[in-house]
Amino acid sequence: MIAAIEAAVKKPIFGCHMCGQCVLHSTGLTCPMECPKTLRNGPCGGVRPDGHCEVKPEMRCVWVKAVERSRRLPWAHEIHDIRPPVDNRLEGTSSWVNLATGRDKQTPKGWHVAA
Amino acid sequence: MSRLEDAIDAGRFVLTAELLTVDTGGVYEKFAPYEDYVDAVNATDNTSAHAHSSPLAVAIALKQLGMEPVMQLTCRDRNRLALEAELAGAALHGIENVCCLTGDDVTAGDEPEAKRVFDLDSVQLLATAQQMANGTYLSGRKIDPAPHFFLGAVENAGAPPYDYRVDRALKKVRAGARFLQLQVSFRPEQLAAFVQERLASQVALLPSICLVRSPAALRYIDEHVPGIGVPPEIVERCERAQDPEAECFEVACELADHARSLPGVAGLHLISFRREAGIARLCQRLGIPTRETRANSRPVAV
Repeated sequence: MIAAIEAAVKKPIFGCHMCGQCVLHSTGLTCPMECPKTLRNGPCGGVRPDGHCEVKPEMRCVWVKAVERSRRLPWAHEIHDIRPPVDNRLEGTSSWVNLATGRDKQTPKGWHVAA
Repeated sequence: MSRLEDAIDAGRFVLTAELLTVDTGGVYEKFAPYEDYVDAVNATDNTSAHAHSSPLAVAIALKQLGMEPVMQLTCRDRNRLALEAELAGAALHGIENVCCLTGDDVTAGDEPEAKRVFDLDSVQLLATAQQMANGTYLSGRKIDPAPHFFLGAVENAGAPPYDYRVDRALKKVRAGARFLQLQVSFRPEQLAAFVQERLASQVALLPSICLVRSPAALRYIDEHVPGIGVPPEIVERCERAQDPEAECFEVACELADHARSLPGVAGLHLISFRREAGIARLCQRLGIPTRETRANSRPVAV
């Protein structure tokens, strides 16, 4: 139920893919899962000179937008955080619930990288 | 410690080169023309999303032939389990240099219907490899003995968002990268803007120089290789020349000379799309000594 509400709110605004571990806050309110390569840590090297996507030329690169937008936010430095691998089991679940329970902060036991 | 790591740690000027793609044979013939000059050779990973022999297999072949490999590993074709398996396999065969990349998309290749994976991104792959070197898989399960890796990555100074590229490179350094083979750049000003002290002081920067034989090849790169632009004035200059092939070589020499003159550049990464297209000739022209001579000399910039 909550996942359905979250999807209804976030899909039209952010193009949310319901990964269940939302990082919009640190990516300039731009969903990195919109990137065809689902990159969570910055743009690939294939971004076109006009700032559009290597894979979808009609689309502006998600990370070009994320970097631009993050600079207007008080917590701009968070764009530099190293984001851990996606937990694929959370796909389709509510990131709001996962945030409340702390589930979205769980990383693999061997992941020891400081953000 | 790998030969490449040793040379970089010692502050010697290093050269790496990209091995032409390998399918089922002919590895030695591909690096023989320049083997005396390079510290290590990259075994590529399905370049431009075209299937070839796996980078681990090529890296092993290089090692068996007496050449030090840099195993490239992209995130496009393997999930995290497969990536960790490749890394463990590399360690099993004594391969220490690993260059972690995102990878061109499947749509850039000749099997665009393939499933793209990208279970990890390049930063996460670097961190995973670093964690393995620290003694565990991502799961936390121990690896005994822990492998030794000399990790590298790629960054493209010539792709937007330009003013974020150094920060992205620094992210890769924090994740474990100790050398960066930069994407080919035909725009010296972009490279110069990227090679900043805050980056060069933390990681060995190896700008890439691309050797081509014709203006048509330059046009092809400009139009078909994601992330690389060739300024029209360079293409026109080569087209107008009496000897276009010689002019293309001149352009590469000028770009190489500029790149190595930048403070903080640790060496060059050389890419040639043809076997005889002149990596050794470029070294001779620029007065870069052979690997053995460099190893026996004091660490001075050449």
